Amino acid sequence: MIRNDVFQTLKPVISEHLVVCNIGAPSQELHAMDDQPSNFYMLGTMGLASSIGLGLAAAQAKPVIAIDGDGSVLTNLGTLATIGNNPQSNYTLLIIDNGSYGSTGDQPTYAGMNTDLAAVARACGAECVLTVSAEDTAQAVTDAIASDQMTIIVAKCESGNVKVPVIKTNPIVIRERFMEEVRK
Amino acid sequence: MATTMDHQIVEDLKSAGIDYITSVPCKQLAGVIEVLEETPEIMHMPSNKEDEGMGLCAGAFMGGMKPCIVMQNTALGVVVNTLATLIQFYQIPLPMLISYRGEVGEPVACQVEMALHTKAILNQMHIPTYHFHKPEDSAELPGILEYCQMASKPVAILCDATFWRASA
Ligand SMILES: [Mg+2]
Repeated sequence: MIRNDVFQTLKPVISEHLVVCNIGAPSQELHAMDDQPSNFYMLGTMGLASSIGLGLAAAQAKPVIAIDGDGSVLTNLGTLATIGNNPQSNYTLLIIDNGSYGSTGDQPTYAGMNTDLAAVARACGAECVLTVSAEDTAQAVTDAIASDQMTIIVAKCESGNVKVPVIKTNPIVIRERFMEEVRK
Repeated sequence: MATTMDHQIVEDLKSAGIDYITSVPCKQLAGVIEVLEETPEIMHMPSNKEDEGMGLCAGAFMGGMKPCIVMQNTALGVVVNTLATLIQFYQIPLPMLISYRGEVGEPVACQVEMALHTKAILNQMHIPTYHFHKPEDSAELPGILEYCQMASKPVAILCDATFWRASA
């Protein structure tokens, strides 16, 4: 299974929730599969989905799912310490770990080599960290949303993207409709 | 030890409705951060790097809070992309309370190097910039914070060594 296959299994699980999605292929694939006002697509700034998700979870009570990638998390590893030290019970961080920089031509990341992101997250102080297979991801996210404990899920999948269009929605529209969902 | 000025700055932030602050420390900001720690009306969530901090602020803003980032001017070298593609692109109001290292009164030569680029970067990015040099300059803070929300833009408040020394 590649990222897009995991997204297909996640669709019924996350469709109704606030989702902050990583830049590039992840946001484009999510947008093409199930565009929702409750999705915040990152159109720029690699690596900040995890941080935006934490800030959002801290600011309000609804469940928040941040979908990040292994390459993106590696660019902003420090935020795992911020997350580990400021646990928000309504926060689920899903790291799609395909061992590659998917949006830039599938170059290998260190997460696909010697670096274990789940172990890093644990060492940063996060208490509930799971490594799951692509097949088990939807169930793990379902459980995480239902639980009242912040959960970090590292979902292992194969490298690869599907061909989908870039997102042309105006960023202010993305933000405004997302904030309306937050306020609902 | 926090000064009257440190307390006044946090009081102004509070009065402007700022309720979420992330910070990366600087010696000049130690007093402000100390006061933040004992201000329950403001959620203080330190970050490890300023671009990360701006991500936290963007999330807090979308969650209905009024964020602010407290940082050193050298970090403008870190956050250019985040300012352009997150804060400005999505029009997020973000006051940046910035210690302006490398100005007159600076003991560390290396700090001068980024001081030379500070206003140039802010100017290049079309970021409204205010420079507190004398204690009385800080009287503008409430107005600046209101302006920031009105404009939905990042706004820089540079506080230099002379300001901090005279405010001590
Ligand atoms: Mg990847």
